[in-house]
Amino acid sequence: MKDLLNGWGLTAATFLPLVGLAVMMLIPKAEETLHKVVALVTSLAVFAIGVALIATFDYDKTGNLQFVVDKKWIQLINSRYIVGLDGISLPLLALTVFIVPLVVIYSWNHFPEPNNPKAFLALILLLETGMVGSFVAQDLILFFVFFEIVLLPMYFMIGVWGGEQRQYAAIKFFLYTLFGSALMIVSILATYSLSPKINIDGHLVHTFDMRLLSTWAGGGLARTTGILVFGGFFMGFGIKVPMFPFHTWLPDAHTQAPTQGSVILAAVLLKLGTYGFVRIAIPIFPQAAKSWAPAIGILAVIGIIYGALGCLAQTDMKRLIAFSSVAHMGFVMLGIATLTPFGINAAIFGMVAHGLITGMLFFIAGSVKDRFHTLEIKRLGGLLIQAPHMGWLLGLACMASLGLPGLAGFWGEFPAILSSYSPAAGLSLPLFRTFMVVAAIGTILAAGYLLWLLQRVAFGTPTEEFADEHIHDMHLTDYIAWVPMVVMILVLGFYPNLIFRVTDGAVIHSLAGVTKLGG
Amino acid sequence: MLAALAPVLAFARPAIDWHALAPEIILTATICIVLLVDVSTSERNRWATSSIAGIGMLAALIPILTLAVKGGPRIMFGGAYVVDDFALVLKALFLVAGYVTLLLSTNEIAEGDFWEGEYYLLVLSSVFGMTVMASARDLITIFIALEMLSIPAYLLAGWRKREVKGNEAGMKYYLMGVFATAVMLYGMSLIYGGTNSTVLAEIGRQIHGSFGKEPVAALGIVFVLVGFAFKVSAVPFHNWAPDTYEGAPIPITAFLSVASKAAGFVAILQLVFLAFLGRGDVIRPLMWILAALTMTVGNLIALRQTNIVRLFAYSSVAQAGFMLAPLAVVGSSASTTREVLQAVVGYLLIYTVVNLGAFAVIIAVGRKTKSGEISSFGGLFEYAPGLAVAMGAFLFALAGIPPLVGWFAKFQVFKALVSQGGASGITMAVVVGVNSVIALYYYANIARTMFMDAPPDGDRTPIRVPVPLLAAMGMAAAATLVVGFIPGVVAHLAEHATFALGG
Repeated sequence: MKDLLNGWGLTAATFLPLVGLAVMMLIPKAEETLHKVVALVTSLAVFAIGVALIATFDYDKTGNLQFVVDKKWIQLINSRYIVGLDGISLPLLALTVFIVPLVVIYSWNHFPEPNNPKAFLALILLLETGMVGSFVAQDLILFFVFFEIVLLPMYFMIGVWGGEQRQYAAIKFFLYTLFGSALMIVSILATYSLSPKINIDGHLVHTFDMRLLSTWAGGGLARTTGILVFGGFFMGFGIKVPMFPFHTWLPDAHTQAPTQGSVILAAVLLKLGTYGFVRIAIPIFPQAAKSWAPAIGILAVIGIIYGALGCLAQTDMKRLIAFSSVAHMGFVMLGIATLTPFGINAAIFGMVAHGLITGMLFFIAGSVKDRFHTLEIKRLGGLLIQAPHMGWLLGLACMASLGLPGLAGFWGEFPAILSSYSPAAGLSLPLFRTFMVVAAIGTILAAGYLLWLLQRVAFGTPTEEFADEHIHDMHLTDYIAWVPMVVMILVLGFYPNLIFRVTDGAVIHSLAGVTKLGG
Repeated sequence: MLAALAPVLAFARPAIDWHALAPEIILTATICIVLLVDVSTSERNRWATSSIAGIGMLAALIPILTLAVKGGPRIMFGGAYVVDDFALVLKALFLVAGYVTLLLSTNEIAEGDFWEGEYYLLVLSSVFGMTVMASARDLITIFIALEMLSIPAYLLAGWRKREVKGNEAGMKYYLMGVFATAVMLYGMSLIYGGTNSTVLAEIGRQIHGSFGKEPVAALGIVFVLVGFAFKVSAVPFHNWAPDTYEGAPIPITAFLSVASKAAGFVAILQLVFLAFLGRGDVIRPLMWILAALTMTVGNLIALRQTNIVRLFAYSSVAQAGFMLAPLAVVGSSASTTREVLQAVVGYLLIYTVVNLGAFAVIIAVGRKTKSGEISSFGGLFEYAPGLAVAMGAFLFALAGIPPLVGWFAKFQVFKALVSQGGASGITMAVVVGVNSVIALYYYANIARTMFMDAPPDGDRTPIRVPVPLLAAMGMAAAATLVVGFIPGVVAHLAEHATFALGG
């Protein structure tokens, strides 16, 4: 079993969804139930592989890549098929394989117009391949390909199944991200040609191998060159996160996307950006990361405040949650900007927590829309009376999102704020302490807009418009899809060490370059 | 009597390598057979010419494979005609592109108001000229090959002879082509005047030597390259392309936008790499400006198009810009030069397959909607999901989105540009990056229409795709999807497509 997982585990987890997709292609469109079953079975199989990987992962060596496969891929450019799992990838891989089956279950009888389960589920499976692949790839080109694979299915998901402004939102999402990717590929190639050659079978060649590049860590590189190359990565990942001035695609994409699309976007896709910083940009260019850190920190706190103020101005529930994503990702980026193990551990926790909580909020928003056919906050009210279960879950998700201790959100935000008290050596102490204060104010605003949302949607009495209408509380599929998420939010809230224990070793390992630089 | 014949007998026949010439000989034989069949059969049996032409092209691929297996460059006629790996890879590309063009044409030409026999004859002649071009390593041979491939193309462009647009297409293409040829010939005469040779290898030696330093060399180089810039429809020499593409029968548009363009690039590559590399200081800025203009202008005008064929005309202009881009750093170092060649050849291979696939879908959809407007693709996903998905794959491959094969083409361009390490390479890479984003907009716009709009006339009857079209589409789609995951195949071909320096 262990041998099989070592050799094939990650590859299977990555490509199994494609197998499911191929099977679905062979089934006629009319067999809707069969399509649902195939998609569910596939995603559950991937989940099972994920569980097996997590179970056999060696937690004493989280800093080392495990289950590594290293095979020839594109020989001409010496790009290799390298996959591996370490403490940084593991929580995110777990999040991905956990969320996708839930999304499929939620979809069971919630297919947005124009229905077509075959195409919809096929896109979800394609997304899963891209997401899993991105988190396990250890070769820059391989990573890039997976990173880009997610664009197409998400574009179609928003554009075909989305809301009224779907076409605008879809193309905006696509163009923004592609712009970042185009600059990122230039940086990837610059990294390739600037790094020293390595010896493979007696030939000296450049490499895309992230492991070797992280060991090189930009040694001997001119300061400005490093800053420019990091800039390309910053654009690619920063747009994906999204960081403050590049965030404008997100509210549109989230608001217009179908519920399932919003959940996947919030839970996993945004993390590709932050993961890219932690996995690629910082370990390979620690020196440049230090130069960039204050700028990233400033943009992060602007994002926190701006996102929160944006939330307060929203009239649409889904758009409010979308803006809250901007704020929460700001906390994650603040943790990353400190370049300390503490901050980055917090950031990874923040990613997982945000994935679960915001995913949950989008699920609920989707169901509210399903029942009331509107998400306009002022038309809603009294959810606790009409659909008490859903109302209580909304309350829980809001509490988790605003960072109430005991729930998962707390362990993402609080340590991130705390870590900016003492950033890595060489970073300006007063500056980061200012960030700390501003971010702390951001949490107050977060409490403000989330409680305000909860109060207006869940409390009070139903508005006249819906007072006499029968509102169905949660369906069975809702329970199946949401309960695991609620459980995870509680478990991680009570026992955050579940994640910190896994990430810590890997984070220290990946920050070796930064630590070596010293002051 | 014998004395009178003596001078004739004294003529020593140059050594002819029949094996190396086998593809061209097979094509010539096929041309003769098609001609004979055309004149000796009745109108309703003319469809046979299509099959014969197709078989001929496939048969011509066989000696290419055997030559590739045997390996080694074969140099003939004092270095004027060389069959090396570069020539073989591109000959194979031209034959495949020609064959796919036939698949696209069969139903279109048989059902329309067209002369059938002559049509296939001319396509074959044009492909023949292209295969010669791939081996031409001499100014005169290049010129002959160019005329050989262009003249049939002028005629084919005006094949819709009863339509004004068809006439315009042929006429415009012809006049512009002749003008370009004149400019090019003037450049060639300047170069010949200075070097006293027409063989590229010899010209290359002299350009590296004292002749290269003379201003007239730079002038000659610029004129020759500008002549071919017309052929590949680089801005500002692109004006003929949209009108010609729109007026020509669509299979011919496909043919012009890939095979004819590729032939222009082959000539440019041979001239630059074998003859002109000594004046990289002239070529680099020229190509930088041409490439940047071509992709930017092509893309910006493409954004405004509502007719799908015109959109593809401008998109193919922009794609030519992407292919010219690596030449902006050619000759700055040996390793960069090698990467430039790989990037351009790789791009040509990928672009040809994907663009032909896209045209196959355009033809298939056009058979039903009888319209060239982009809006006529509305709702395609509802009534022809297979076609819509295939077209989506081709579009996003053209835009360079992984995992579809196009990403690797763009990737190699980036790689060549970045490998130079200088400011001109990096800025060009950024220009390419920005243009990729602009291009995505109009490609995604077609995808949006297909997947997200309703059919404009509410007509949801499924589309019946004829077998030849389906075959063309299937091959292109399979290559687009599969090679995207294993781009090593293209890389391998492009890596081997290096020149043997003959002469």
